[in-house]
Amino acid sequence: MKRLAPFAVALMLSACAAPPLRGTGDLGLVVERGDGAVQVVETTHSTALGRVTGLGDLSHASLVFSRDERFAFVFGRDGGLTKVDLLEGRVAGRVVQSGNSIGGAISQDGRLVAVANYTPGGVKVFDTETLALVADIPAIGADGKPSKVVGLEDAPGNRFAFSLYDAGEIWLADLKDPRQPKIRKYTGIGKLPYDALVTEDGHYYMAGLFGEDGIALLDLWNPDAGVRRILDHYGKGEQPLPVYKMPHLEGWAASGTLAFLPAIGRHEVLVVDTTTWREVGRIPVAGQPIFAMLRPDGRQMWVNFALPDNGKVQVIDVPSLRVVKTIEPGPAVLHMEFTPRGERVWLSSRDGDRVSVWDTETLEQVAELKANKPSGIFFTARAHRIGL
Amino acid sequence: MRGLFALAAACVLAVPAGAAPTPARQEQLRAMVDQDCGSCHGLTRRGGLGSPLRAEVLADIGDEALTATILDGRPGTPMPPWRGLLSEDDAAWIVRHLKGEGP
Repeated sequence: MKRLAPFAVALMLSACAAPPLRGTGDLGLVVERGDGAVQVVETTHSTALGRVTGLGDLSHASLVFSRDERFAFVFGRDGGLTKVDLLEGRVAGRVVQSGNSIGGAISQDGRLVAVANYTPGGVKVFDTETLALVADIPAIGADGKPSKVVGLEDAPGNRFAFSLYDAGEIWLADLKDPRQPKIRKYTGIGKLPYDALVTEDGHYYMAGLFGEDGIALLDLWNPDAGVRRILDHYGKGEQPLPVYKMPHLEGWAASGTLAFLPAIGRHEVLVVDTTTWREVGRIPVAGQPIFAMLRPDGRQMWVNFALPDNGKVQVIDVPSLRVVKTIEPGPAVLHMEFTPRGERVWLSSRDGDRVSVWDTETLEQVAELKANKPSGIFFTARAHRIGL
Repeated sequence: MRGLFALAAACVLAVPAGAAPTPARQEQLRAMVDQDCGSCHGLTRRGGLGSPLRAEVLADIGDEALTATILDGRPGTPMPPWRGLLSEDDAAWIVRHLKGEGP
């Protein structure tokens, strides 16, 4: 009997040790703004696996994934940077690194996570393993004043590109030696850049301007060429409509040689030819677009809106550039995310306290999950995409 | 007689300017301040793209100036005019709410 005892103990311990093995490729996180929590979800069966709390103020939270898809780095409005373990469903690390922050990016090699801060204005860079601070880049514009940082994205070469909202600048930071960032500054790029994206091939950084109609474009393959203005004066001098919420540039919405960008102060999605950077069309939509996101195959685009149209989502057929359906998934649709191969899209309804899942072929709802004031939805496939 | 009755009825039905929004509307406005003002000014109103809107920050600014900012926005900045979605009474209530006064 005595000889069996240690064996029996070992057996019992292993039985309650690790949860069943699972992959991370079909996992995701839903931000629950109301609770300062994130729900871990899986897209194979459209279910929630658990909830992780203790993430502070998650109003306008976004996140990036570690290169192995296991962890998420959540950027909270209160300046909190939280490392969440998706497999163990717990907080693996947290640092409150500023007074107010808006988003961030993970480096090409996955070793660094950078955070865009409003207060104090600047970028802080942390080690993804330990969350130790490795670089602090205050965003002091050419005018000598601190600026809020927006539109922080990763770029190949272990670089980060970001914009200074108040100063109207774009900075390109090379972090190959993380403790000695090399920064290149582009001034006078336009008024009030409010957000930015990096194209999927890492070729261009594009910052949307609020203070004027146009987009500031930086060719990351030719940084010496400077920043150029495209889609200038797309408002054509017409009185803009009120913008109750800023559009968000997220990921690169390009299909073939066409790219899609939300207009500011116009109920339109702008269509741009990416070989000439000229506007080649506009798609009239139901309201001020916030997100214009392409299904992964580029054949369909889904658009959500600001108040007072934030209960609607429109589906656009890209080949014909026409709205094919208007759906109402619930009040206050804040965000959407396609499954990696695009057969489904998940939509958050903040005021409906739910996330709905839609079939992108039939355009019908197929599932629903409860969530407390859900905002952002992020799937692990982002871990392998430049700019996301 | 009918004329007097109609006049009296009109007086009862007319909503005087400066009336507080109904309790249901107040609930909507409260949610709007948290979420829709909050998307720029922060869910806890400590600021974001927009300025902080905590009671202590607003204490020295006149109610009329604040109401006007809500209704007409700040041209040239991302603060839009909310007049299309909010009445004057709504805006006045929001100002009191932001300042921590009233319900």
